[in-house]
Formats: sequence, C-alpha cells, structure tokens
Amino acid sequence: MLTQEERAAISEGCDSSPSARAAAPHALGAVQASRGWISDESLSDIAEFLHMTPAELDSIATFYNRIYRSPVGRHVILLCDSVSCWIMDYEYLLNHLLTKLGISGFGETTKDGMFTLLPSACLGACDHAPAMMVDRELFGDLTRQSIDTIIDQYRIKDGDRRTAQSPLATGRKEQ
Amino acid sequence: MATLYIDNKPYEFEEGRNLLHTCLGLGFDIPHFCWHPALDSVGACRQCAVKLFKDENDCTGTIVMSCMTAARDNMRISIDDKEAHEFRAEVIGFLMANHPHDCPVCDEGGECHLQDMTVLTGHTYREHRFKKRTHRNQDLGPFVHHEMNRCIACYRCVRFYRDYAGGKDLEVFGWHDSVYFGRHESGVLASEFAGNLVEVCPTGVFTDKTFRKHFTRKWDLCSAPSVCVHCSLGCNTIAGQRSGVLRRILNRFSEDVNGYFLCDRGRFGYEFVNGSRRVRTPLAKKGRNQKLEPLDRSAAIKRVAELFSSGRPVIGIGSGRASLESNFALRQLVGPQRFFVAESETQHSITTEIVHALRRTPASRASLRDVAKAGAVLVLGEDVTNTAPLLALAVRQACRTAALTNAHGLGIDPWNDAAIRETGHNVRSSLVVATPTLTKLDDVATTVYHAPPDDISRLGFAIAHALDGSAPAPRGLSPEIEAMARGIARDLAQAARPAVVSGAGSGSASVVEAAAGVAAALYKVNHDACLCMSLSECNSFGCTLLGGRDLTAALDAAERDNAEAVVVLEADLYRNCDPAIAGALLTLPRNVVVIDHTLTATAAMADLVLPAATFAEASGTFVNNEGRFQRFFSAIAPQAGFAPGYRWIAEILSVVGPEAPRWETLDDIVNDMESRVADCAGIRAAAPSASFREGSQKIARQSFRASGRTALLANTSVAESPNPADPDSALAFSPEGIQAPREQPLVARYWAPGINSVQAVSKYHGDPPAALVKGEAGADAAENHGAKAPAAFASHASEWLVMPLHHIFGSEELSMLSPSVASLARSALIVLNPEDAAKLSIRENDAVEVSNYALSCACVAAIASWVTKGSAALSVGRPETQGLDLPEWLWIRKAGAP
Ligand code: SF4
Ligand code: SF4
Ligand code: FES
Ligand code: FES
Repeated sequence: MLTQEERAAISEGCDSSPSARAAAPHALGAVQASRGWISDESLSDIAEFLHMTPAELDSIATFYNRIYRSPVGRHVILLCDSVSCWIMDYEYLLNHLLTKLGISGFGETTKDGMFTLLPSACLGACDHAPAMMVDRELFGDLTRQSIDTIIDQYRIKDGDRRTAQSPLATGRKEQ
Repeated sequence: MATLYIDNKPYEFEEGRNLLHTCLGLGFDIPHFCWHPALDSVGACRQCAVKLFKDENDCTGTIVMSCMTAARDNMRISIDDKEAHEFRAEVIGFLMANHPHDCPVCDEGGECHLQDMTVLTGHTYREHRFKKRTHRNQDLGPFVHHEMNRCIACYRCVRFYRDYAGGKDLEVFGWHDSVYFGRHESGVLASEFAGNLVEVCPTGVFTDKTFRKHFTRKWDLCSAPSVCVHCSLGCNTIAGQRSGVLRRILNRFSEDVNGYFLCDRGRFGYEFVNGSRRVRTPLAKKGRNQKLEPLDRSAAIKRVAELFSSGRPVIGIGSGRASLESNFALRQLVGPQRFFVAESETQHSITTEIVHALRRTPASRASLRDVAKAGAVLVLGEDVTNTAPLLALAVRQACRTAALTNAHGLGIDPWNDAAIRETGHNVRSSLVVATPTLTKLDDVATTVYHAPPDDISRLGFAIAHALDGSAPAPRGLSPEIEAMARGIARDLAQAARPAVVSGAGSGSASVVEAAAGVAAALYKVNHDACLCMSLSECNSFGCTLLGGRDLTAALDAAERDNAEAVVVLEADLYRNCDPAIAGALLTLPRNVVVIDHTLTATAAMADLVLPAATFAEASGTFVNNEGRFQRFFSAIAPQAGFAPGYRWIAEILSVVGPEAPRWETLDDIVNDMESRVADCAGIRAAAPSASFREGSQKIARQSFRASGRTALLANTSVAESPNPADPDSALAFSPEGIQAPREQPLVARYWAPGINSVQAVSKYHGDPPAALVKGEAGADAAENHGAKAPAAFASHASEWLVMPLHHIFGSEELSMLSPSVASLARSALIVLNPEDAAKLSIRENDAVEVSNYALSCACVAAIASWVTKGSAALSVGRPETQGLDLPEWLWIRKAGAP
C-alpha cells in the first residue's frame, strides 16, 4: 500500500508529465526516497496507481541503475571508477574501503545494514579525483585516512540508530 | 524508376524505402537484425553498415546504417567495402560475446537468422575468453518457449509484441550488457499474437513450444502452402509435416491478407490433425444402436452408392469448414435443391446477409491490408480479437495512420519507426468500438460504446442517417447517442480510406444491415470507403456462393420427401443448431452418412462414416471473408484410409451415375465448378493448376537438404521408394524441383541461398499479390434494400437478453482439439451487470444456470459494468452452451437456487 504522502508525491509528478510513462521515474524515485528501495510489492502498487502493468513499470525501473530493485543499506556509497579516478588509483582506495566495511566487492551491503557500496561513472569531480559520494554528499581528494574519517563519522552519526535494524540486516545473507 | 549504384554497378529501384530494404529486394545480402519488413527501422543493432559515397570521385566514403538511410536516386554505396565488412564482423562479434553457441540443441538451428548472419559476416572464430552472462528462463505458457541466453538484444520482440500488437506483458528489463526480454514474472503471454515471436525473434530465444514436442529440423520437413482453417480471414500459412505428423504452422506472407503475422489460434490450433479423435478408416454400424466398426473402402463406397438407388431422395448438408470443392461435389451428388448448409436459421440468415452486403456494397471490399491503412475505423458489433483475430491486429495498425501522416508532414521517412512513434505519442486516428461486449481494442479506441446488439444496430443506422439524410433514421434516440453518431459520421466522412468493420459474431442480422448501411451511406460522401465483415467459418463465404439453405429447411425437406439418407459433410450439427433439429436430422432419414476427419457427436450418430482428409492432407479452395479464393495444398501425401471429401464423393458419383462428370483430379472439379457456378468464377485463378511448371519443374515440398531419403524406409526395403504422386497440384512430394518459387500461392517454404531462416521472405518481395477480389457493385447497390432500424433494447421482467461472448481460445471447434489451445480455454462464462448479479444474489465465480424451455446450461459467473442492465453475455462454442442460438432471452439463476 502506498502511503498518503507517497501518493501525493507521485500525483505531483504526474501533473507535470505528459503521460504516466513519463511520470514513472519520478514516482519510483519518490517511493524509493521513503522506503530506500523498490520491492516487488511497491512496484505493483505504483504500477496500479499509474495505470500501467508491472511489466511496463519494471522495464523503466530496471533501466535506471539508481532505482534499487533489491534492498540497500541506510547509506549508499558511490565510488567513482571512471577515467580520472582510475588514473588517481581509485582501485587502491577500493580495497581499503572494502576492508573497512568488511565486504568483498561492489554491490554488497555491510552486515549491520548501514552501507551499500556501488560503482559510479564520473561524478563530475575530476579535479578532486579520486572521488566518492555518500548519499547526496560528495567527497573529493580521497585518501585512506579521509575515507576512514568519513565512514567513522557516519557510524557515529547513526550511532543512536545502530540498534534499530535495517530491513536488510536480517533480510540478506552476506558471503 | 531511380538508379542506385551498388559497388559501382547501376540498379533500378523504386524510391520510398530504406537502403537495406531496397538492397534485399534487389537480391543483395546485407546482414541485419533489428530491421523487419513489418516493424521497419530503429537502427538498434548496427549490423547493417554499408559505405556511402558522395559521388563517383569520393573513394573514402562514410559508414552508414543502411536501414536508417533512405535510398535515393543516383546514390552510390558499397556493400563489399573492406571497412564496412570489418565493421559488420566486429558488431556481430560483440553480439555473439554472450551467446552460448548451443545451435545443436537449439530449435532454431538450421533456420536461424543469427546463424545465417554470422556466416554471412565471416565471424567464424570464437574469441571471447571470459565468463558469459546467463539468465533464468521463464515459463511463458503453452505456445512459446523461452531461452534467454541466446538473445542478441535486437529489440524486435518487444517492438512487435508491445508496439505493433499492443501487448502489455512482454518487456525489456535491465540495461547495459544485461538486458532481459520477458515477462515481469513467469506466466502465460497475454497477447493473442504471441506466437509471432517465434518468427520475429532472429535467434532461438522464442521458439514454438508445440513444435518441440514433435521436433523436426526445417530441412527435414515436408511443407506446403496452406490456408488457416480457424476463422474466416483465411490467413496464408505454411504447413510442415514429417512421417505423416503435422509438426507446425508458419506464416506465409500475403500482401493483402495476413502480411507477416498469424494469430495464436491459427498457429497452434493445428494439432487436431494429429488428434486422437481422427477417423482414419471408413466406419459403419450394423444397426442403428450398434457400434461403429471399420469397413473396407470399396464396401463403404458401395453402401453409399446404394442409397441412391432407393428412389427416395438423399439430403446433403455441406459446411463452412469443408473446401469449396467438397461442398460443390456434394451439391452435384444430391442436386442443388437438396443441398443445405450446416447453419441454424439465424446463423444462415446472417451469413447470407453478410455475403450479400459484401457483394452489393458500393464501397470497396476491404482486405486486411486496407483495414490496416484506413484513416478511421468503425467497428460495429464485432469483437474481432476473438472472432477474427488478425482483423484486430489490422485495426490496431489503422490507429497509427494519423501518426504516419503527421510524421510525413514533419519530413520523417515512412520506415523510420522510432521517430514516427516518438512524434506520434498523442496523435491517434479515429477508432470507434461499438460492440455488445468489452473488446481488447477498447484501449486504442477514441470512442467506446457497449450495448445490446439492437442498440448497436441503432447507432449504425443513426450514423448512416447522419451521413446520408435519405437513409432511414432510428426512432427515439437519446440526444447523447445522436451526438455520438454525428461525431462518428463526421470523422468517417473526413478520413482518408475509412473502414467499416462488422461480422457475424454478434448473432444479429440487424447489426450487419446497419454496418452495410453505414458503408453505403459513407460511400456517397467518401468514395474511398471500404467494408470488411468477418464470417463464422473459414469457408462460410464459399459455401454461401453454392446457395444451400439452412438446417431447419433441411429437416423440413427430409420430412416432406421422406428422405432415404442424409450426407453430412465436415460438420457437427450439434454445434450449429438446436439439438432437437440436429437429433431429428440424424434419426429421421433411414441412413446417416458423415464425411468428416474427426469423430464428432454427429459422426457418432452416423450409420456410416467416411474419413475425410484435413487441410493438411488435402488440396482445395476456401473463400475467405472478403470473397477471396485461396488454394491450400496437401503437406501430407495421400494415405490409404482417408481421402478429401470431394474424392469420396467423386468415387460415389462414378458408381451412382455413369453420366456423372469424371473428376480425376482437383483441376477437373475446379474447372467443372467454374463452368457450372457463375459465382465461383474466381476459383481457377486462386493458384496455378497442376500442370504449372517453373522451367520444366514442379515445386519441391521438401528441401534439397532433406536427409535420410533412402535410409528412412531401409527396414522394409533398401531400394529407394518412388515419391508419392500428386496429380492435384504443381507441387511434388520430393526434394527435387523448384526450391524458391516465384508464385505466392505455391510458396512451400521461405529459403534463399545463404538465408535459411524465415527472413528469406524479404527476398520474395516484388511479387504481384494474388489479389482476386473484384468490385461487383451494381448501379442499384447503394440502395439500403429496405432495412429498418430495430427498436431500442428494453429489459424483460424475468428474462435476460443473453448475448454471445466469443473466446479466441475456446469458441472455435477445431483448435479446441489442439491440446495447447484447449489448455487456455476456461469453462463457460456468463457476464452479468453488477445490479442484476446482486438481484440474483450471484457473486463472481458462482455456479450459474442459464436456461430456456428446452435447454439448461451450467456456467461460471463474472460481473462487469460494461454489461447493460437486463442483458448478459455467455461464452459461445463451449460444450456447455451448445445448442443455444445467441442472442436469446433466457432465464438466469444461481445454481441450486429455486
Ligand atoms: S529475444 Fe530475440 S527478438 Fe528479442 S531482443 Fe533478443 S534476439 Fe531480439
Ligand atoms: S486470424 Fe483467423 S485465419 Fe488468421 S491465423 Fe488467426 S484464426 Fe487463422
Ligand atoms: S572520473 Fe571520477 S569524478 Fe570524474
Ligand atoms: S538492421 Fe540496421 S541497425 Fe539493425
């Protein structure tokens, strides 16, 4: 079931779009903003609301790599793997980040459900390469130390909530 | 004619197409995937690269996609250019990177466009050293098998299914190098046209699931040009068999009729031919209540012939599912006065009315192609998706004519599919769906009106009156309907080539009259108007040309003349009339002879059954809904036990009357019919006669690669057995002969050197279409022969007007003998208006009893608000509802209720 707020947010997008199809990305974004990801159930609900079939909507949902069709952590880290960052050896930082988070590769989520690590194409911060984004916050000129600080700060900030489990911490097994 | 220079040689061509289409038509091979002759160009696969030069001095040139470049006069291109060649080889290398290379276990192998293209580009070495991405396959229902790993992401499937056919449950998912073509989750594909994916997909992702159960490589199939028997449109097909088992049905391109596509009933209904209820030898009863037992062929003929020496008359009942030849032969056997058609009184009056309307209309008689090109369409009374499926596909295309015109105005080429769809989002041609039941075309209609048949008819009369003041106006119309009629009339009058579509499906002669009236009135203001009507069976039109009367008249004649026997030709009377009439017809005469291929309820009542050949084992002619004579040819060689209906009758005739015509071959009958029945004058031109040769050869039914020719029968003899003779056609049961004939009616398979897949069809273009329909409008034709609008629908106190509800899978007799089709049929459904349902305390899925004085049938309830209060819709053609002649006033009650 979509919440009142979600319905309102979707309708707002519909008003400024020529068709339901055109409003779909916005609708998916709105629901993802409140739920973190788009489950099969959310997808069916949004499709019904937009008078589309689940297949039509899923086609759009899966086209966008930032619409998550499986659960993600509370914070999504996008590490840039594009050319400038590659030149500045992001791979070295990647290994550090993986160790720090205790995961083994892109696409994984930490055991506590706090972080999901994803690759990203150029973040538009080449002048500060290597770069990454956590949620909507951009970090440039990364080093091992600065990464440690950023992650630690997020952990402290979320400290109060650490006991509250994300849907993921119980939902998915980590290798 | 314009000139195109290909690799420095000039070629003449007709402008208006893209380079790829033009070059293929000129006989060149350019590798391609995403372009399809009916789906046009999107430039997605980058496979069709050629070099384009500015002029004769330009020796560098640029690489262009031939499918996205218009062919223009004096253009210079190179297909053989080294760079272009390398480009194409590289592209296919990418496309093949994740392909599993599993051709030996792939159903597409041997007729695969991907194989052909890979060989053509010279990409013969496998260089990908990495792990391949793999997908999970889905169960897509009984018709289509899914094997996603073979996908090369050309997007043809979704472009056909979604864009062309309007399906909403097949999509593309994902992005980058992991795109997935399938459903949101496993489940039956909802489109009636899903089977076309088998031919549209250039790889082995989508294959024919029914074919898998008795698989044969294309080169081992023995195929013949055929015509679909599952509705009146007569789509052109190719029937392929091996060892006497019919293996599959493919599309046979026909410019005017079905184009490149078939519906799933037509493609997958074929299995009745291999069915367990086939009769394969003559059967006879020793006495009325005895069992049917096998009988020797000559004894059977003798027994029938004796019936004619009694001095009492023999009644013949022909049918719309038997060939024109068989019906004609029966008519000759019993005499025109005693020839009847297996239709109830109402059905017969509607069929006759339709044939009459089509032959007399001043408007042109529309082929499916005409409908697809219509600038505006009025569908009056017919649920075409379920009664004449390809007609629905054509109507859906007609909705795009406005977008095409719009794109033309913007300077967009007519083959530039993506651009046309992009600019045409909000441009839609006028489509009016006015039918008793909900239809699948409602989603693209600009006006939708659901009402009982009489009200639909009244709307038709109102439209006709709005177009032509002298046409009769219905009385007491509501202002809304009147306004609607005026709006529709205006759209039709203004449109380029407007089409009126109707048919026998609503069970109302008045609807048919109304549609004919609209076409006549429309013609007065718009001479491009055309009329298209569907009938109930594949040869209903042909049967009507022979002039038989209905089953009630047959019973009268049998009683009055104290008939010795009744001969029923390929019909189950119980499906077509009141069981009391059928029962009387099958018991009153002293003898009942049934000529049929399947043991129907009628055949079970017979004293003698002569086993008929199906369309797959016989050659003959059907006349489709527009009056087009179309020949089908046997794919399976004649077998000992059974024979085409006309052959049985010819043998009987040769015993009965020494003065009877001698019909040795099909051509003998065809020629005889042409001279005797004026209305059948087109039959001879349906296809070249048996004496036709291309060069000096017959057309080969088998591929020259047919294997095991001498080994197949080695268990009985090592000597090569002679090929079965075929005196009835210009085709041979042999791999020897012409492989790719030029005559459309004789195309037994699509093949061109290097092109083993069905895509070889692109090399066949330029053929003159087998158009045979001529205008016959007389000077008086525009007169609306005294038809009057019916009174408005009014509900009755304790009865409901029960209207026919057609199901593509479930309402047609023969396809229901095909297990795949039968698996999709539901039990009989009655659809009620919510208020009526509440009044009867009936809820969704409740068991319901529908009855009249004589019959009662059990069905399941559905509730929908499109049903007008006081009416209901009931599944037709189901065993439960047999014997009802809908629309009928019936009682409805919840099962078990008092
Ligand atoms: S499934 Fe077939 S038609 Fe669809 S994209 Fe893949 S190869 Fe093309
Ligand atoms: S539309 Fe009719 S004739 Fe054509 S394939 Fe379907 S059932 Fe056969
Ligand atoms: S390449 Fe990493 S920010 Fe541009
Ligand atoms: S056929 Fe031209 S790009 Fe695919």
